[in-house]
Amino acid sequence: MSLDNYLYLSAILFTIGAVGVVVRRNAIVVFMCVELMLNAANLTLVTFSRINGTLDGQVVAFFTMVVAACEVVVGLAIIVTIYRSRRSASIDDANLLKR
Amino acid sequence: MNLLTFSMVLPLVGIAVLVFIPKSKVLLTKQIALITTLLVAAVGIYMTISFDLGDTAFQFVESREWIPAFGIKYALGVDGIALILILMSVLLTPVVVIAGWNESEDGRWSPKVFYSLILVLETMMIGVFASTDVFLFYVFFEAMLVPVYFLIGGFGSGERAAAAVKFLLYSLFGGLLMLASIIGIFVMATRYGNRTFDITTLSGLHTVLTPMMENILFLGFFIAFAIKAPLWPLHTWLPDAAKSATPGTSVLLLGVLDKVGTFGMIRYCLTLFPNASKSFTPLIITLAVISILYGAFLAIGAKDIKRLIAYTSISHFGFITMGIFAMTTQGFSGATLYMFNHGFSTAALFLVAGFMIVRRKSSTISDFGGLQRVTPIMAWSFFIAGMSSLALPGLSSFVSEFLVLVGTFTRYPVAAVIATFGIVLAALYILIPVQRALHGPTTPGNENLTDLNLREKIAIAPVIAIIVALGFYPSPLLKIINPAAATVISQQGFTDPAPTLNEGK
Amino acid sequence: MVTNNGIVYLIALPLIGSLLLLLLGRKADKWGHLLATALSASSFAVGLFQLSEMLSRETENRPVTQKLFNWISVGSFNVDASLLLDQLSICFVLLITGVGTLIHIYSISYMSHDKDRRRFFAYLNLFIAAMLLLVLGDSYLNLYVGWEGVGLASYLLIGFWNQKQAYATASKKAFVMNRIGDMGLSFAIMIAFASLGTVSFSGVKEQAHYASEATMTAIGVALLIAAVGKSAQFPLQAWLGDAMAGPTPVSALIHAATMVTAGVYLIVRSNFVFEAAPTAQLLVLIVGAITLMFGAIVGTAKDDIKKVLAASTMSQIGYMILGAGLGPAGYAFAIMHLLTHGFFKAGMFLGAGSVMHGMNDEVNMRKYGALRKFMPITFITFGLGYLAIIGVPPFAGFYSKDMIIETAFNAGGLKGILLGSTALLGAAITAFYMTRVMILTFTSPKRWDEDQHPHESPILMWAPMAILAIGSVTSGFLLSRGNALKHWLEPLFEEHGEHQELLAPIVVSGLTLLMVAIGVASAVIKYQLSDVDEVAPESVSTFTRFARRDLLQDDINEALFMRPGQAITSALVKIDERVVDGAVRGIGKIAIGSGAQLRKVQTGYVRSYAALILVGAVALIAAIWVVTQ
Repeated sequence: MSLDNYLYLSAILFTIGAVGVVVRRNAIVVFMCVELMLNAANLTLVTFSRINGTLDGQVVAFFTMVVAACEVVVGLAIIVTIYRSRRSASIDDANLLKR
Repeated sequence: MNLLTFSMVLPLVGIAVLVFIPKSKVLLTKQIALITTLLVAAVGIYMTISFDLGDTAFQFVESREWIPAFGIKYALGVDGIALILILMSVLLTPVVVIAGWNESEDGRWSPKVFYSLILVLETMMIGVFASTDVFLFYVFFEAMLVPVYFLIGGFGSGERAAAAVKFLLYSLFGGLLMLASIIGIFVMATRYGNRTFDITTLSGLHTVLTPMMENILFLGFFIAFAIKAPLWPLHTWLPDAAKSATPGTSVLLLGVLDKVGTFGMIRYCLTLFPNASKSFTPLIITLAVISILYGAFLAIGAKDIKRLIAYTSISHFGFITMGIFAMTTQGFSGATLYMFNHGFSTAALFLVAGFMIVRRKSSTISDFGGLQRVTPIMAWSFFIAGMSSLALPGLSSFVSEFLVLVGTFTRYPVAAVIATFGIVLAALYILIPVQRALHGPTTPGNENLTDLNLREKIAIAPVIAIIVALGFYPSPLLKIINPAAATVISQQGFTDPAPTLNEGK
Repeated sequence: MVTNNGIVYLIALPLIGSLLLLLLGRKADKWGHLLATALSASSFAVGLFQLSEMLSRETENRPVTQKLFNWISVGSFNVDASLLLDQLSICFVLLITGVGTLIHIYSISYMSHDKDRRRFFAYLNLFIAAMLLLVLGDSYLNLYVGWEGVGLASYLLIGFWNQKQAYATASKKAFVMNRIGDMGLSFAIMIAFASLGTVSFSGVKEQAHYASEATMTAIGVALLIAAVGKSAQFPLQAWLGDAMAGPTPVSALIHAATMVTAGVYLIVRSNFVFEAAPTAQLLVLIVGAITLMFGAIVGTAKDDIKKVLAASTMSQIGYMILGAGLGPAGYAFAIMHLLTHGFFKAGMFLGAGSVMHGMNDEVNMRKYGALRKFMPITFITFGLGYLAIIGVPPFAGFYSKDMIIETAFNAGGLKGILLGSTALLGAAITAFYMTRVMILTFTSPKRWDEDQHPHESPILMWAPMAILAIGSVTSGFLLSRGNALKHWLEPLFEEHGEHQELLAPIVVSGLTLLMVAIGVASAVIKYQLSDVDEVAPESVSTFTRFARRDLLQDDINEALFMRPGQAITSALVKIDERVVDGAVRGIGKIAIGSGAQLRKVQTGYVRSYAALILVGAVALIAAIWVVTQ
């Protein structure tokens, strides 16, 4: 099986994630879509690592996982706080920065 | 320690001391600021005395690596032109501190901040004239804006914030163009193997530049300096800034900061881009002549005394610029001397105007009237300052203005003749406010104004003394200026036009 | 040339006086006037001493110089502050310090009720110093310092009572119109330096032979502009009438005897320029002729005694300028008329001051009359001055004015006839208006109210008047005896030696006397033998109305210069605010406006941001792809 298919898969996953971020309103779903995009990127990295026969891509993938973990921690905390204060997890309601 | 560096460090030491003074001890703050500026003035006078008149190279030279990667150095040194401008700055600063003794008290911040700003400005004023490294000059040139911005915006009057922003934006715009030119110079210098910002080395750069390139780089510098100087039509920030700033700040703004513009034209435009200077000279002389008449007409029409003085300065800067680009030793020395004299005559005008405004709580000319009878000493001070501004023979400005006119006439007679009409307009723009403010019946409400007190007399007396003394005996300064002026003129490849009578012989 | 280190004292003494009086302030109130008078007198003494020294030397060694210090030195522009005392300047030195001292003495009494008397004397001393510098400077630039110095002193003195708005305006007008003249002097110096390479009198004289006529004409015209401004000649004459706002001693000293004659000095001093520039010389003649008529005509219509005298001064200086324009033949006579005029006009001004002193500062002659009985001394001294100015022999004016008229006739051709007849006609009008002054003031029936108590002035005032009157009687005779002044000044000028006589001197004298007699007679008929209205009659000819308005000089100046100048000023103020600054503010508005538009993109919706980022990223990738293809 050609390694290219992994790249196609990751592109599809990334697109799904991106579309999800743009169209969905629920913060949790948006959040999951962001994770999807990150993991699509991870998949690409690992694939290229395999293609090129070096470990660089895998190392970066680890970094990405760490960053994603941090993001989850901070992001979820923010979402929970916003939900508590505004009784809503819709990101369209949270437009305080506009003013 | 190098004297220039020493004089730059002194004000910073003063600030360091000020930091430990509690905010409530206002008087002590002022005293420390005054002592510091007096010490710096003493150093400046000492430098002038020990300056070697026979040596045309830079003196009091110091050079240290600063950013080796770009060949940037902390390099200082002065020739005659820079020296007298430094002398003027350090003499004016204590005068401003004394005259503006109470200026700092109704500002947005404490007097401590005010005097720290003045002191840091003094350091930069010395630095900007003393730099012999183009990049170092640029740093001082831009950094000077910061204290002035806060001095106008924090301690001024009226629409001070708007005026400060206008001043800052104008200056930053010019500075941006200059930065672009500096980067251009660096790139070109690097390409031709000399990775440096040293002004003496760079003065040879023009030999490898294409005319187009030289013109563009020249314009970057020139526009920055024309804004600073200010030359018509880039002048509109000045009246606003001068009106809103405290009188003391205005003195430093018009007297010293604006000179950076004309000084820069000499040190950077002419030295770095002689060919471009030559090709732009007709345009610049024209702008200068327009400035002379335009500034004079607007001064005649001004209703606010501070704006009036600002417009007279625009006219005077026209004379200075014209003298510089006439490229004769008379015009050039005259222009340099003019910078020095203008510093003092404008200082006198602004300080006395400040005294008047403090008393009357208004800067509108028509609010005054008949002051001659009520406050004779103040009226006399204003009158003498005004006479100096209109270049009455026997006062300092006459020598410089006449040298500029004579020097310009030998090369550009038409420009000189038109500019001479400025002296009639000068009589009008000085005598009209003199009549409105000092003569005539005393305006109701002004009968009880008090005359100058001792502190104010101490502030204004040395300025007037310098104005009178230099009118009769300008030689000491001319001796300092002449060699430097002759050097610049000969570097430009010019010689004075011979009397036309001898041309045929 | 001989060096003499005593010249500077002439200037230094009054200068010190003026500085002391100004700096000491009220402390000097008690003795300030005495100090000033003493210093002026000692300056006169120094002048006399210098004269005696000069007389003891050979003709060619008479001029002396003193170098004070190097004033301005830049490149080839090298000007020393140095003084030159020669046969010409010593005449002026004695006139200035002599008449000046008399007027100091007069002012002690005249100004005794003014609380600012000290300041007045400080200004007087300042004026004396500046005027001496003017006539003693050895280069055009040194002269320039004195030239503007007297302008300043004149400004301060005209505006001495500047709490009155009109007086303040008059002083400003005088300064500004003088400045226009000063501009001419600047031009002259600039041209001289650019084309001859020197600005000293001796240098320019030396180079004048080599320079082109065009150059010398340019210098000459520029100098004429200067002279016209300072001497209140056509077309810059308008300030002199208003300058009468100053205290009367000032009018006597500055606006009659000394400062206004500086233009004549300048032209005579620059004789080498005008000799080399016939066109400029012709212009001098025209200016002189126009002004002498102009002043005379205005003089006939004025009722203010000081304004009549001012118009008369203008007219008499016209004679001097005319004389100076006639070349070597006329220089000595111009200077002679200047000196005699110094005596009789100063005397008459002081007389007018004395009349005003006795009449509660009334200046309208229609409110005078019959003052002969009440002020006999003033009447006699004024009368002697009157006889001198109209040119009755053997009084001073006869000698000097007659000579100018004669020289004008001898100028040759149509020019000579025109100039001569103008001068002759001027003499008749002078006789008319001066007789009118005499009659209205002294001999006609009284027209003043009962609450006026005319009285003779104190001795401090009449003594100077008497001395000046003696001068008016004798000076002409003394100066012209054996052509004394002509021979004295001769070494300074280059004589051409061409003497042609159109009319014999005796014929000219006869004609002049005839004209004077006609003038006097018509004034006697009009004013002595018929009643004088107390108010100026309204129904008069258009010409009289013009003359009363100074031949429309102010209206013309206003229409040609003031209004357009004000229009330019207000237009520029608007342009600066709306166009120049408007452009700057416009740029600011564009920045703010575009910012406001762009701000609308910031909706606050996270999803739209995300979409934008996505679109941006895709666009960027696409762009890279396109570029790298």
